[in-house]
Amino acid sequence: MNKTTGRKIGSRLLFYIPLALTLIFVLVPFLWAISTSLKKETDIMSSTIQYLPSPLTFENYINVWNDNNFSQYFLNSVLVSILSVIVITLLSVMNGYAMSRFKFKGKSAFMLILLATQMMPVILFVIPLFLIFKNLGLINTPYSLVLFYIVLQVPFNTILMRGFIASTPKEIDEAAMVDGAGRFRIIFAIIAPIVLPGIVATSAFAFIGVWNEFLVAFSFITTPDRFTIPIGLKFMIGEFSVQYASLAAGSIIGLIPPVLLFMYIQRYLVEGLGGAVKG
Amino acid sequence: MDITRQTGGKLALSKPGKRKRIKGDGWLPYLLIAPTVLLIAGILIFPIFRVFDLSVQSYDFTRLQEAGYIGLENFRHIFTEDDLFYTTLVTTLKWVFSEVALQLVFGLIVALLLNQSFRLRGLVRSLVLVPWAVSGVLTTMLWSLMFNQHIGIINDILMKLGIIDEAIAWLANPSTVFGSVVFAELWRGIPFFAITLLAALQTIPHEVYESCEVDGAGPLKKLFHITLPYLKESIIFATLLRAIWEFNSIDMIFTMTNGGPMDMTTTLPIYMMKTSILEGNYGYGSALGVVTFLFLMLFVILYLRLNRGGMQDE
Repeated sequence: MNKTTGRKIGSRLLFYIPLALTLIFVLVPFLWAISTSLKKETDIMSSTIQYLPSPLTFENYINVWNDNNFSQYFLNSVLVSILSVIVITLLSVMNGYAMSRFKFKGKSAFMLILLATQMMPVILFVIPLFLIFKNLGLINTPYSLVLFYIVLQVPFNTILMRGFIASTPKEIDEAAMVDGAGRFRIIFAIIAPIVLPGIVATSAFAFIGVWNEFLVAFSFITTPDRFTIPIGLKFMIGEFSVQYASLAAGSIIGLIPPVLLFMYIQRYLVEGLGGAVKG
Repeated sequence: MDITRQTGGKLALSKPGKRKRIKGDGWLPYLLIAPTVLLIAGILIFPIFRVFDLSVQSYDFTRLQEAGYIGLENFRHIFTEDDLFYTTLVTTLKWVFSEVALQLVFGLIVALLLNQSFRLRGLVRSLVLVPWAVSGVLTTMLWSLMFNQHIGIINDILMKLGIIDEAIAWLANPSTVFGSVVFAELWRGIPFFAITLLAALQTIPHEVYESCEVDGAGPLKKLFHITLPYLKESIIFATLLRAIWEFNSIDMIFTMTNGGPMDMTTTLPIYMMKTSILEGNYGYGSALGVVTFLFLMLFVILYLRLNRGGMQDE
């Protein structure tokens, strides 16, 4: 008896200790940044390290939002992300429908191209596109980013979307056709609402990718009033005297949208990936 | 009937399975994928040719009077005179290998943990996986704060535990900088593997484990005889994607160290970006790009060969 309960406790410990260590590893950087963002700048630089802010202050959030152009970066990120996500979602639904409903010549070639895009080094495209976009006058505009982000994100979203659409019965399409609906009406007015959770998940996935992108934005955008959040923060880090508290506050603001979205879609994402991996 | 009108009267002759076809469906799938194909052609395929074209040119923004075709001169320079190229290549390989290996091992452990049933599992899952959604620059921010010599808690904790005697400048010290960046990137990389592997774990039917338990198999036996074989395809898929991704990834390293100290953390993509975008030497940067591209393609082909059939489902 004692032996088995001992083993049970042992195996539970073998489970809870690694889980606790994982949680600590994941959460401590967040908590430290939040704590830093709520301290006074002078308290941060003092010789003894304060684990909790005292006195607690929200002035870093106000300062970074007003003083460092941060609100402009935030708006730029919102604009670029929303424009990109709308097109990405539209194209992914169209591709996903084509891939899950039809057999057509070149379908596997298309799939191969989609996968191949995921295996190319992004930096390779940045150099020629910089020159091309410069000639077209697109450098330092949000459109240069939006165009590139669409191409970077559509392939993976298509693969996810195909899985979601394939799980809806084809009989729905057939029934709608009997009622005289055209294919585009079927796609956007009938199938799309049914797979709405999938659409929300894939668009959120695309949003997170676009919101966080660094290399392309750093290369294509050089005027500060067009910076997105990652670029803005990079330059705040690069400055000689770093204002850690403002930087921490800016980072926390920047990570709120993707983290909230992630919490919301996490379950769908695991399901969708499971479907995508299974094919 | 309506159906007859839509199918042009062919319905009676066609098999039941073909009923869903209406006129125009022949080109409809092409119409649906056309915008994507055009965008990929314009934004990805055309520029690849442009890179190859640029790589045999002297095209330096600071010395435009010398611009023109120079044959393989850029490549000769890369392989025979450019020491930094070899250094960055080694750094890149070290970076990719350590990141992918560590993320795979820890990602698998985390996925197995999160696949158990326990109280508050939904909440814990969200929390553990959430760094996946945090951008490279933000991750940099968090970890720069942690690693900071004066205000970081890593030094403070290690000193309180008596492991080190004095504060270390983790990101400025040549012997700690690489390990520090690798460690920080793990924070954001493990969740990717955990999510992918967790997704795959959930597709393993329960009965397989149950019948295995009836045969008296212990947890290790179950791991090696059921779980890992089931995960094989996902592991291949995730490792390949992640290797390419880590190869590409510059945001973490670049914002954390700027490639320094003394180019010690400069990877190939950072070298390429500095050469072309920041210094304006597009010709040489493109030649570096071509070398990288061929190298990566070789890696992808080799990898797929070694794991033949791993991607068949897709």
